[in-house]
Amino acid sequence: MFEFFKGFGVTFSTMFKKVVTEEYPENFPPAAPRYHGRHQLNRHPDGLEKCVGCELCAWACPADAIYVEGGDNTEEARFSPGERFGAIYQINYLRCIGCGLCIEACPTRSLTMTNFYEMADDNRQDLIYTKEQLLAPLLPGMEQPPHPMRLGESEQDYYVQGPTLARANPKTDPVGEQVK
Amino acid sequence: MTIAPEEKKALVPDGYVRLTIDGREVDAPKGELLIRTCERLGIIVPRFCDHPLLDPAGACRQCLVEVEMGGRPMPKPQASCTMTVADGMVVKTQHTSPVADKAQQGVMELLLINHPLDCPICDKGGECPLQNQAMAHGRTDSRFVDVKRTFPKPLPISTQVLLDRERCVLCQRCTRFSEQIAGDPFIDLLERGAHQQIGVAQDKPFQSYFSGNTIQICPVGALTSAQYRFRSRPFDLVSTMGVDEHTASGAALRIDTRRGVVLRRLSGNDPEVNEEWIDDKSRFAFRYLTSKGRITRPMVRGADGQLAETSWTEALRVAAEGLLAARAGGIGVLTGGRLTVEDAYAYAKFARVAAGTNDVDFRARPHSDEELDFLASHVVGTGPEHLSYSRLEAAPAVLCVALEPEEEAPVVFLRLRKAALKTAQKVFHLGQWSTPAVLRTAVELGSAEPAARDNLIPAVPGAEAAVLADLPAHVVEALTGGGVILVGERAAEVPGLYSAVAALGARTGAAVGWVPRRAGDRGALDAGAVPNLLPGGRLVTDAAARAEVESAWGLAEGTLPTARGRDTDEILAAAAMGDIAALVVGGLDPNDLADPAAALAGLREIGFLVSLELHTSAVTELADVVLPVAPDAHRSGSYLNWEGRRREFGAALEAGGVLPDCRVLDTLAVEMDVDLFTQTPAAAAGELARLGSGNAAAPAAPALAPSEPLRPGFGQAVLASWRQLIDDASLAIDEPALAGTARPAVVRINAATAERLGLAEGADATVRTERGSITLPVALADLPDGVVWLPGKSGESQVRTVLGAGHGDLVGVTA
Ligand code: SF4
Ligand code: SF4
Ligand code: SF4
Ligand code: FES
Repeated sequence: MFEFFKGFGVTFSTMFKKVVTEEYPENFPPAAPRYHGRHQLNRHPDGLEKCVGCELCAWACPADAIYVEGGDNTEEARFSPGERFGAIYQINYLRCIGCGLCIEACPTRSLTMTNFYEMADDNRQDLIYTKEQLLAPLLPGMEQPPHPMRLGESEQDYYVQGPTLARANPKTDPVGEQVK
Repeated sequence: MTIAPEEKKALVPDGYVRLTIDGREVDAPKGELLIRTCERLGIIVPRFCDHPLLDPAGACRQCLVEVEMGGRPMPKPQASCTMTVADGMVVKTQHTSPVADKAQQGVMELLLINHPLDCPICDKGGECPLQNQAMAHGRTDSRFVDVKRTFPKPLPISTQVLLDRERCVLCQRCTRFSEQIAGDPFIDLLERGAHQQIGVAQDKPFQSYFSGNTIQICPVGALTSAQYRFRSRPFDLVSTMGVDEHTASGAALRIDTRRGVVLRRLSGNDPEVNEEWIDDKSRFAFRYLTSKGRITRPMVRGADGQLAETSWTEALRVAAEGLLAARAGGIGVLTGGRLTVEDAYAYAKFARVAAGTNDVDFRARPHSDEELDFLASHVVGTGPEHLSYSRLEAAPAVLCVALEPEEEAPVVFLRLRKAALKTAQKVFHLGQWSTPAVLRTAVELGSAEPAARDNLIPAVPGAEAAVLADLPAHVVEALTGGGVILVGERAAEVPGLYSAVAALGARTGAAVGWVPRRAGDRGALDAGAVPNLLPGGRLVTDAAARAEVESAWGLAEGTLPTARGRDTDEILAAAAMGDIAALVVGGLDPNDLADPAAALAGLREIGFLVSLELHTSAVTELADVVLPVAPDAHRSGSYLNWEGRRREFGAALEAGGVLPDCRVLDTLAVEMDVDLFTQTPAAAAGELARLGSGNAAAPAAPALAPSEPLRPGFGQAVLASWRQLIDDASLAIDEPALAGTARPAVVRINAATAERLGLAEGADATVRTERGSITLPVALADLPDGVVWLPGKSGESQVRTVLGAGHGDLVGVTA
């Protein structure tokens, strides 16, 4: 008889321990703050895109997961401050290894990673995320590009004193609001 | 017993000096630049302004090294790109001298003070000498804290070239190129000190046929191409070496593609041919590959008279049936200038074997029988050993006949200019007016005085042959003993001119070179796509030559037609008369022929028309069967350039469903139950090489008497005309940036004639024939009296199509 309980010893002792199972997907446990999740292409406070289509992220990527084509901003259709914007932007999540080297390469802080990790699908096509899917959502005060530069005269204003200008122009200070 | 003598140092060869670089002894030819000697030793000194093909300038000071002369160090580091080697010199580069290293770092820091942080958005990023050398020889961090100098950007200095002044390191490569190589200094250094910048005159955009080269040699991203701007990064690109398909220069190209699209073309480096320079058309005109009119599927004209896409099998069946039915009535084969040697060979063989005729002609432009004789006697089979770029450069004198080198053979022009500048070569032009090319190949460069320039030999259109027979003594003298005569394809428009060139060549001993305008012409001649010659320059009338070809092609003896065939005009005239039943046409534009209306009539009247084409054209509109063919980017092959040098290239892109002409013709022939064995360009080239050239002696040169020029009556003038480099050419479509740098279409006339005809400079003049009229602004030039000049095919000025006239014809001119 004792042998019987002895055999179940591990089982019974475990019954009284704290459960470590994550109840996924009923509960949606947040990832660690610096988790390398899905990428995001950020915007300036007025909604213009930060990406300049420089392809440095694509260059840095060890898995060749990123495809970028640059484009010219024109007076009629402006997507980012300055001359150049990312016309085509794709990340292939079948290739991405989540290393984050692209984030380090990005000179404009356009590309960052979110904590979102639910990226599974049943076909290859849908795992190639396009620019529309990767762009950060429009926060209050932001305007869907193309539109003219709202925060200053030139891209210098955006890069050198973007946040200051945004605060001076409360209509376009969603970042400040978020921080509050 | 003797004692071995002390080991003696090898003697310094004559004309050499011995110096020490980084502790290594080296012999260098006298006069060599230090930076070159270092290069030969594998020591790379950083540099910006130094370029092997430009004169040293010492503008950037990046190449500083420490130099010791006769045991005494020079007080300051020296620029190795301006200093020549000397005996006993001791040189220490950044590798062994902290002084040189520090000096280089200092220069780099100064250069970067005003350099913007543009790398992410700069086209040069990734292939930028400044980026690379700043990494290799610069300081790791910047001590500069003030505000950088900025300029509004970019400044379009032409529709093609954009200038970001803040990125410029003032190396003056661009200005030196414009001055020394192209000779059209539109771009220059402005201002002084910290405000020094590159710029253009307000009213004069950088309108040069060679401006693209400045983009390529700019060591930073200050000059960028409007066409390529922001299109890609160097690591995206796959490069293939190509050959220029726009001119007969055979220039080496580098073709950069990304994901199956050609994004840019650069000049390749071939010292024997184009050195490192190409013209803008060769560089920028490639979007014909993706233009809307490209044909990629075979089409057959249905019962409703409309062309409809169909399968290859169906199209080839219909074509073969039509041609077989027409064989008894005669088939003509017409090709244009875009063919590779291999494709031209396939056309030549198709005509002889499948169509059973000598009615095949590649000359899609005004032509003559005299030209055929000239080509057979002087051109076919010759190679660079007869006349090459280097021979041309070394010649003491060159005479250009019916050739406007800058417009029709720009790379040849660069060589002529180089020789005129460096060796005071005399370049004579038998032409009508002092074109930019004439001015820029004059030895008395920069002199505005016409008297100082004697290199234009003026001739009324039509009188060229007579002028050539009676050249000024100093020209004949200069040509005698090593001179060169370059004759252009336009000589066919003046009866007797080819004969006069041949006679002059014989008289002076000058080498005669034929410079066609199009890339494929020379190859088509040697491949036998002409009415009088079989492949390898064998005369069709020579029984022994025919027998050779028959045995090589595995034909029964006596199958090849024995009489000289008809030329393009005759074939089309025969088509209009119903004397020929079918035509196979590849890449011909009827509007380039002497009489476009007659050519179109022939194409319209012909019973059965098969067209092998890249784009929809006047021919495909009339064709019964249209077969798509591959452009250069999708095919491999070779061109013969004007020297007769074989210029091979591989396909830059995958085939993408289109086949080269030789493959299409091979399959078509198989449908007609004949074997051409030209399935691939390699197969065709192999067969052509096995055929070799015939060994019969060259036939006699043509000897036509010089023609008399027409005399203009009241209100009339004699027309002079040639094509400009950048015009309405069919392969220059869809290139707005390139088209923006075309020379404007104007009517040129001299002041006296203008006054007589009541024309004023800048005001409109109308040139007319009974067919039509062209109205353009007048520009005065030093033409002979009673002569008016129009560009051949530029915008309004479609001379052949609208006027139905050409060089040497009479036209009416009114205000
Ligand atoms: S996280 Fe790493 S693998 Fe994924 S896209 Fe960025 S660089 Fe490439
Ligand atoms: S995300 Fe950043 S690194 Fe990537 S192309 Fe855009 S700006 Fe360049
Ligand atoms: S534009 Fe380029 S080539 Fe010209 S001086 Fe400046 S850096 Fe040199
Ligand atoms: S490379 Fe010698 S001074 Fe510029």
